Amino acid sequence: MGTAVATQEQGSIDPMHQFEVQSIADMFTIGGQTIAFTNSAMFMVAALVGLWAFMLMGMKRQLVPTRGQMMVEGFVGFIDKLLAQNIGKAGRKYVPYVFTLFMFILFANLLGLLPLGLVGLHPFTFTSHFTVTGVLAIMSFSIVLIVGFAKHGLRFFSLFAPKGTPIPVLLLVAPIEFVSFMVRPFSLALRLFVAMTAGHILLKVLASFVVNAANAGAVTGLGVGIPSFALMVGVSALEVLVAGVQAYVFALLTSLYINDAEHLHDHH
Amino acid sequence: MPQIEQVTATFASQLFWVLLTFGLAFFIIGRGMVPRIQSTMDARDDQVAGDLTAAEKARAEADASEEAWRIKENAARETARRKLAAAQAEAAKASEATLAAADAQHAARVAAAEAQIAEASRAAAGEIETVAADAARDIVARLSGAPVSESEAQGAVRAVLHG
Repeated sequence: MGTAVATQEQGSIDPMHQFEVQSIADMFTIGGQTIAFTNSAMFMVAALVGLWAFMLMGMKRQLVPTRGQMMVEGFVGFIDKLLAQNIGKAGRKYVPYVFTLFMFILFANLLGLLPLGLVGLHPFTFTSHFTVTGVLAIMSFSIVLIVGFAKHGLRFFSLFAPKGTPIPVLLLVAPIEFVSFMVRPFSLALRLFVAMTAGHILLKVLASFVVNAANAGAVTGLGVGIPSFALMVGVSALEVLVAGVQAYVFALLTSLYINDAEHLHDHH
Repeated sequence: MPQIEQVTATFASQLFWVLLTFGLAFFIIGRGMVPRIQSTMDARDDQVAGDLTAAEKARAEADASEEAWRIKENAARETARRKLAAAQAEAAKASEATLAAADAQHAARVAAAEAQIAEASRAAAGEIETVAADAARDIVARLSGAPVSESEAQGAVRAVLHG
């Protein structure tokens, strides 16, 4: 936070500062790496606690649901339906994982958008870090590999050879399929990381326009500040949408990949 | 970009915390809460489906019992109608018989009465002849002083009365 003050004093606002991981408390060292409780960790814990508190509303288990129960059941039903549509009956056993994934990312994205600056806190979106999205993507990819090889053994490699493809074409298609398969975890991780990072940078840049224009004088302040602020309102709304869409895309792609592992190319 | 600049310094703690929090989320929420919420939803769906089936069955039962009731009702109505008709016929027959008996009785009484009247009028007519004959003899005796026998007077009266 000291750097933030410093950059502001220099007259420029660093839009990247929001992504800085700051240690709150160093905990222990393992293999030369310090494990610290950071602002990122704090928001992960906040997402976990928030998600748990949200889910508690759904644990009333009444026949006629309460309002909170309806919300929670709506989300569970949403993921349940997503998996049933994409994977079929076998999809039900993946509901816990995909639901946790979806809700964890959704809560992370939304928590990072909270206007906590108003109360002096710095919001942090840990899904804007590829170290985090990478872990989530590798988990999804590992599940695909584990399920695929456990269920189909070496036949899982037939994923790279679509049925009925002539041999000469296959020589071309199989490497392409293989590359597209191997790119999956990167596309999963980078899509979320880039979407979050870009949105937050855009918001901070627009906000710095407002602040800098106001510092430059009344005319510039109003002329630049008001349109920038109007744009910020719109972009903020868009970012809320993106937060939901990115969580959905992550869950959807994971379910599509799991479908490949479950059914190879037979399904659909 | 801090994400890249800080990667060597922070990846270990990022990894640690994301695995810890996501793991906890997976086991507490994904494995602990989601199946129970799903079972609540399934139970509700089952209950609704069961209730609908039960309602459908009850409706069919009601339809069947209504049909049975209708048949019974129709049969009862038919029986009642037949009984009524029979009773009407019987009553008509009985009243006819009563009427016939009463008619016969009346006719007998009328005939007796007529006979009595005829008798009475005949007796009255006989008496009138006697009285008229007496009166005629008396009148003749008073007027002319000539004696008229009873039989003469009677013959004259009969001739006047009967033409």
